[in-house]
Amino acid sequence: MCFIMDIAIIIVTFFYVVSAAAYALYFFMKNKAFQKVGVVVFAGGFLAHCALIGWGFVVAGHMPVRSLPETLIVAAWAVAGVFLALQRGKSLKALGIYAAPLAALTMTAASLLPKEPAQSKHIFASVWLAAHIISIFIGEAALALACGAGIFYLLQERAIKKKGRGFFFRRLPSLDLLDTTGYSCIVIGFVMLSIGLVAGFIYAKMVWGAFWRWDPKEVWSGVTWILYAVILHGRLTVGWRGRRAAIFAIIGFLLMLFTFFGVNFLMEGHHGEFTRIKG
Amino acid sequence: MTGLNHNTAPVDIRERLAFSGDEIGAALDRLARLPQLKEVVLISTCNRVEILMASERPEEAVESVNGFISEFKGIEPARFKGAMYVKKNDEAVRHIFRVAASLDSMMIGEPQILGQMKSAYYMATRKKTSGVILNRLLHRAFFVAKRVRTETGIGDHAVNISHAAVELGKKIFGDLNGKQALLIGAGEMAELAVERLIRDRAGNIFVANRTFERGMDLASTFGGEAIRFEEIFQYLKQVDIIISSTGAPGFVIDRSQVKGLMRARKNRPLFFIDIAVPRDIDPGINKIENMYVYDIDDLKGVVDDNIKDRKDEASKGERIIDEAVIRFRRWYESLDVVPTIVGVRSKMEAIAEAELKKTFKNLDALSESDRDAIRRMAESMVKKCLHDPALYLKSDRCRGRDKSMRIDMVRKLFRLDD
Repeated sequence: MCFIMDIAIIIVTFFYVVSAAAYALYFFMKNKAFQKVGVVVFAGGFLAHCALIGWGFVVAGHMPVRSLPETLIVAAWAVAGVFLALQRGKSLKALGIYAAPLAALTMTAASLLPKEPAQSKHIFASVWLAAHIISIFIGEAALALACGAGIFYLLQERAIKKKGRGFFFRRLPSLDLLDTTGYSCIVIGFVMLSIGLVAGFIYAKMVWGAFWRWDPKEVWSGVTWILYAVILHGRLTVGWRGRRAAIFAIIGFLLMLFTFFGVNFLMEGHHGEFTRIKG
Repeated sequence: MTGLNHNTAPVDIRERLAFSGDEIGAALDRLARLPQLKEVVLISTCNRVEILMASERPEEAVESVNGFISEFKGIEPARFKGAMYVKKNDEAVRHIFRVAASLDSMMIGEPQILGQMKSAYYMATRKKTSGVILNRLLHRAFFVAKRVRTETGIGDHAVNISHAAVELGKKIFGDLNGKQALLIGAGEMAELAVERLIRDRAGNIFVANRTFERGMDLASTFGGEAIRFEEIFQYLKQVDIIISSTGAPGFVIDRSQVKGLMRARKNRPLFFIDIAVPRDIDPGINKIENMYVYDIDDLKGVVDDNIKDRKDEASKGERIIDEAVIRFRRWYESLDVVPTIVGVRSKMEAIAEAELKKTFKNLDALSESDRDAIRRMAESMVKKCLHDPALYLKSDRCRGRDKSMRIDMVRKLFRLDD
């Protein structure tokens, strides 16, 4: 069983690696055919990925997020899903050069980490928990993509300001597209994060009897949420856009990574065991 | 000819040596009095100063012109001499043709140089300092320039500058649809850029000009709106693209004036396209967040990246110029006395021959010896007729300028060049 699961993980990872390679070729050679290959292979990987998680769900009877590898698999799945959802119409195709390697790396990490025997607990079996997890992961994936768009924005802005018309100038799309993509990613991310937090509160109330218990994870999630709220507020009121928005998107994502990993590694709390490497 | 341009002299020397419109007139008067010069035309733009001369003693002529510039401009010869080039004969002709065709321009293919040369030439004809040779040279230069423009893609280059500006705009704004533009000043390049913007369905176009009426004329051609020059700063809050092309000596918009602008604009990006030389827009503005400044050199760089076949077009242009140089040399050589005399004589002889033939056809009664006698008479008439004109052409009484004029006159009189 575990063996078959490993094979499935490797297959999904393989899809993403091939897609990342195609995107790299697209980016370096500026050949649109590679972009098409990249997105098709990526979508194939995503379908396999859905099957993988669905299977894990059936086996465990709830969202398979009991350990760090499983969590990473869900995180990569969310990134893939959000990226594909964004690939419609006049969209940021070049973001694939960020999303595909991100998914591939996350999956690779998941497949390399030691697996411990799955131990199902009754606390996982709740609609609210599933909603909490799915929303949070989708939100975080969107914010990860916002960070990518932010990085691209800074590169392209630098290229335009320096007037060098170099590598990135030719390959990256317009500042406006990078900025609006980043913005929509943050909007999606913020909304999903909010939904996820509310679902988490309700679930916490049901399981532990309190909405908020000052658990480090909760605190840092709150901080992250407030940061993104500030970013959106700044944008809507005084028009924070462009460079500043891009830098904030990157800082926000780093903070989120810390909330995701750092808190679990460094501090104790009830989220700890899902994302900690256990010997 | 002697001169300097953007390749040989830095801008501070070019500025020192540039002649304003009034100065050109005064300078021509004084240059015409230099004994070494027979004809002279002075071209002065922001990128070049060129002095075209016809002289029989070119080295001395260049020396005296250098002396004149140093005196007129109050600058020691040592400061600018290194930057001056001297070209003679074919080389000089080629240079003038290349300048006129805008192959020697800082921005190859820019259309203004031809107009500037025409006004320089107009000035010289008014002052009567240009003569047969330079007249011909400049007329040929204008003709060649036109040919190069119509037969090669060189002229597109200037169009490509505006194209590059629009492409850059798209890298910033994504889409120019509905973006508002402000045109400051006027000029062919700027107008081309605005036309491009309109083609990309840009929104409102505003035109600010020092003279409001000129601004209104321009605005009406673009279907835009003229604003007063003082209103520029109010409009900076709303427009997205600014194209500036004034003749102002300093910055029209400098950094401190736009520093606080972004708050009012809610950080919407602002793209300055500065086509003017000297520049209108403080390049320091480029450092401000969400503001982008591209001057003509920056745009030129974009164009150089874009155009691969520009070299082909330029070499096509060079070929047209090579041809023109050869033609001009032929004409110039024909100005020599001997070929002109030979030309006149052979023309006369041909006429005599033709007339004799006609006459003999109707006079069958003539014997062969009669015919010979008549033929000899015709020959000696041609010779006698040409004796004085030949002496007149050869005579060296006056200065050489008259000589070339006389030759030219004779050639025209006998229509030798058609």
